[in-house]
Amino acid sequence: MSISELTTAELQSGLQAGTFSAVELTQSYLDAISRREESVGAFLTVCGESALSQAAAVDARRQSGEQLGTLAGIPVALKDNICTAGTKTTCASRMLENFVPPYDAHIVTRLKAADAVLVGKTNLDEYAMGSSTENSALGKTRNPWDLQRTPGGSSGGSAASVAARLTPLSVGSDTGGSIRQPASFCGVVGMKPTYGRVSRYGLVAFASSLDQIGPFATDVTGAASLLEVLAGHDERDSTSVNRPVPEYSRSVEQPLEGLRVGVVQEHFAEGIDEEVASSIRAAIEVYRSLGAEIVDVALPHSKYGVAVYYLIASSEASSNLARYDGVHYGHRASEFENMVDMYAASRAEGFGDEVKRRIMLGVYALSEGYSDQYYLKALKVRRLIRNDFDAAFKNVDVIAGPTCPTPAFKIGELVDDPLQMYLADVYTISANLAGIPGISVPAGFSPAGLPIGLQLLAAPFEEEKLLRAARMFERETDFHTKVPQF
Amino acid sequence: MDYTTIIGLEVHVQLLTKSKIFCGCANLFNPDNPNVQTCPVCLGLPGSLPVMNRKAFQLSVKTGLALNCDIASFTKWDRKQYYYPDLPKAYQISQFDLPFSADGWVDIEVPSTGETRRVRLIRAHLEEDAGKNIHDESGRGADSRVDLNRTGTPLLEIVTQPDIRSAEEARIFLEDLRLMLRYLAVSDCEMQEGSLRCDANVNLHVEENGETIPTPIVEIKNLNSFRGVEAAIEHELKKQVKAWQTDPRRMGEVPKTTVGWDANRNATFEQRGKEEAADYRYFPDPDLCPVTITQEEVDEIRSTICELPGVRRTRYVSELGLTPYDAGVIVDQGAEFASYFDEVCVTCGDGKQAANWVTQDVQRELNERKLEIGEFPVSAPVLGAVLKKVVDGELTIKSGREVFATLLSDAGDGTRISAERIDAIIADKGLGKEQDTGKIDAVIQAVLDRNAAVAEDVRNGRMQAVGPLIGQVMRELKGADAKDVRQMILDKLQG
Ligand SMILES: [Zn+2]
Repeated sequence: MSISELTTAELQSGLQAGTFSAVELTQSYLDAISRREESVGAFLTVCGESALSQAAAVDARRQSGEQLGTLAGIPVALKDNICTAGTKTTCASRMLENFVPPYDAHIVTRLKAADAVLVGKTNLDEYAMGSSTENSALGKTRNPWDLQRTPGGSSGGSAASVAARLTPLSVGSDTGGSIRQPASFCGVVGMKPTYGRVSRYGLVAFASSLDQIGPFATDVTGAASLLEVLAGHDERDSTSVNRPVPEYSRSVEQPLEGLRVGVVQEHFAEGIDEEVASSIRAAIEVYRSLGAEIVDVALPHSKYGVAVYYLIASSEASSNLARYDGVHYGHRASEFENMVDMYAASRAEGFGDEVKRRIMLGVYALSEGYSDQYYLKALKVRRLIRNDFDAAFKNVDVIAGPTCPTPAFKIGELVDDPLQMYLADVYTISANLAGIPGISVPAGFSPAGLPIGLQLLAAPFEEEKLLRAARMFERETDFHTKVPQF
Repeated sequence: MDYTTIIGLEVHVQLLTKSKIFCGCANLFNPDNPNVQTCPVCLGLPGSLPVMNRKAFQLSVKTGLALNCDIASFTKWDRKQYYYPDLPKAYQISQFDLPFSADGWVDIEVPSTGETRRVRLIRAHLEEDAGKNIHDESGRGADSRVDLNRTGTPLLEIVTQPDIRSAEEARIFLEDLRLMLRYLAVSDCEMQEGSLRCDANVNLHVEENGETIPTPIVEIKNLNSFRGVEAAIEHELKKQVKAWQTDPRRMGEVPKTTVGWDANRNATFEQRGKEEAADYRYFPDPDLCPVTITQEEVDEIRSTICELPGVRRTRYVSELGLTPYDAGVIVDQGAEFASYFDEVCVTCGDGKQAANWVTQDVQRELNERKLEIGEFPVSAPVLGAVLKKVVDGELTIKSGREVFATLLSDAGDGTRISAERIDAIIADKGLGKEQDTGKIDAVIQAVLDRNAAVAEDVRNGRMQAVGPLIGQVMRELKGADAKDVRQMILDKLQG
């Protein structure tokens, strides 16, 4: 077995025991990247040299007996909407194709402090808008399980990087399912923490009230270790919550006593593939066999989730993306008549279709005379969705269900059907609207060999419980140990 | 033509905080070094997030309270969205439907009518200032530049009801507002530097055939001097009266126009008309939490408000017996000057005496030395102690002035002097008022004996001859009161 197929915990103990050095470890992942990246296309930028020098620094410090961070020497990839000082941060957009931020995002600072090795920036749907990474203006990412299929999105590059073992860990962002859905498509663990658990400072905003940074890993324990580094208060983000961060990686192995698992019957109604439904039913049976109580819960307002999401997310996006006007940074059209024309031409050239579609939707929803019936009404329904969850979590610890209605779809299959594409997020969106944490863990394969994800949701700031519940399932199954061969 | 002038003002005030409203950059007027007081937040770089400066909020609440506004216990931030190069995020963080304060008022005294006018305030809200576009004015069509040093300066917007009835009232309102804001130390209100800016909405209510007809509103933008405010409104009013007389239009018949003011040409100029009403697509800023403030916090802020100019002026007249003019002179010099006066007054126990010295001697010295009152070497307790001796009759006014002058020259190197120096100066120079009438009498007798001819002149009624006699006595008796000496000489010669 090559180094790059080990779990994060195995890598950590190998480094500590001196079985291999951080440089050797990093080099073996860089080798994997040079072998497989051409087929996968997970990265927009690979920082091989700086990764090796970070690894060498870790080795030197370990040699001299220094106390090292919890992710010392572990390679991590970052979604390319997370600002890295001195390294391009493009959001997979023509608009920011050559944008180099002068500062690090909060989580980049934390990863550096934890001595992680930052190997590169991964592909995404432009400005994180999409569910297949096909909206990237700068590259195509393929699903390592079937190169004709998408990795999901918008964090498709980060999910594919871990699935193809190009990095053991990666970081994504989740606005409506953008971590959990590609994790499900790529057969890896992906987690969206509670809104406010991880600082958004330096995450290029798509929809500010929904965006949340989270981890990808090959297993639950890896995700726990990475979340432990990402999470925590940051006074530069007013929405970041000041609560202590539990040691997730320590508690994750402890099974939960008397676990109550909620099941939403509507999740198995229309639109779901039978192969997905049967895998999830089987997963629920695993919990029953572990002594968990299975409880039916109702989330009556979740059916409005997609509509509410597209109003709120697009409204905020229309405002967040207004700054890309060609005046201060980013793409500026080379020919224009006057100032207004400069704005129009720069934005017309810099943004792709999906981004434009959402900006127009958002501008419309916020317009005078319309905001009451769209934006403000959506905020009210959002509150009802949260109330449903609050009521449900009085009776259950976690809610289990499918992450996505289908396994990964083919590249190009849905590009002309945005509405169908939006429905890929039907099970994940509610967690963003409610601000609660969610995780997707590998829970099976379709007959065609495509991964299927189990989604678990928990009450706000119950990440610890969520990880422990996920690990209980993972321990009983071997889906996460499968590695795509290509 | 019978009409009433209707004026409403929108005033923008930059707050005196150390740092900007949503980031840690310095809040300083710095036009010569563009784009140095910036960071990812105020540059609006991707991924940056705002964090509210609580100090700016507290200064705003303080101002709201001084303006007699109600303070909202819950307020929030909204994005006002529009494109302009000096607005790097393409939205301004402002307050839309829930401003932190509303429903206030300011009373102004109008000398020309002798009346008090109450100007009601609709609201005061807090927002971030934009940057500055710098255009090529040479006509060579060079690129415009953008300076973002000012971006994110905390800005208070104060909106009045249309309660102002003349250009003079508008100027007085602004002058009073500036004085109040300076007393509160919330803004330096330098109109030239743009830390106090004003827009005026002007129209007429014409009375015709028992009907009141409002004329179209004209908004005059970016008035940046008190003279400009008065002149621009005056100019606009004349134009509107003439317009009514030649081509009468009611409000609503033509769209609201926006004009600028050219102080050099003394004329307004039409700004590019907005094709349609702007839709700013306000919505709550998801990056910022709503702000709550408790009654205790409001009370605590209220307790930091000093005595404001209007109250002070009234107290000086009614309690200290100052003339309204003197009271005004002292109050208009600012809070520090007025506090100096107050302290002198309390120490010496005589408001009029204190007012005379502070408005004449102290002010003259400040002007000559180009000093602020805070830098003045003779502190209020020291001046108060000198004046106490004058009030108590231990020192003549003349000797008092000499002590004052000596204190000042002693402080030539800029050191502050203590009250202990006073007695030493008086002793050194023999300035203590001579109380021993026997001694004075003896000196007078000696002088008269030496100047028998002059004394004879006085005896014969040539009163101007008494001056030199007084002078000789005073040279020998420094601490004597010249008035007393004169009386004693006359008593001797004519008695
Ligand atoms: Zn700044």
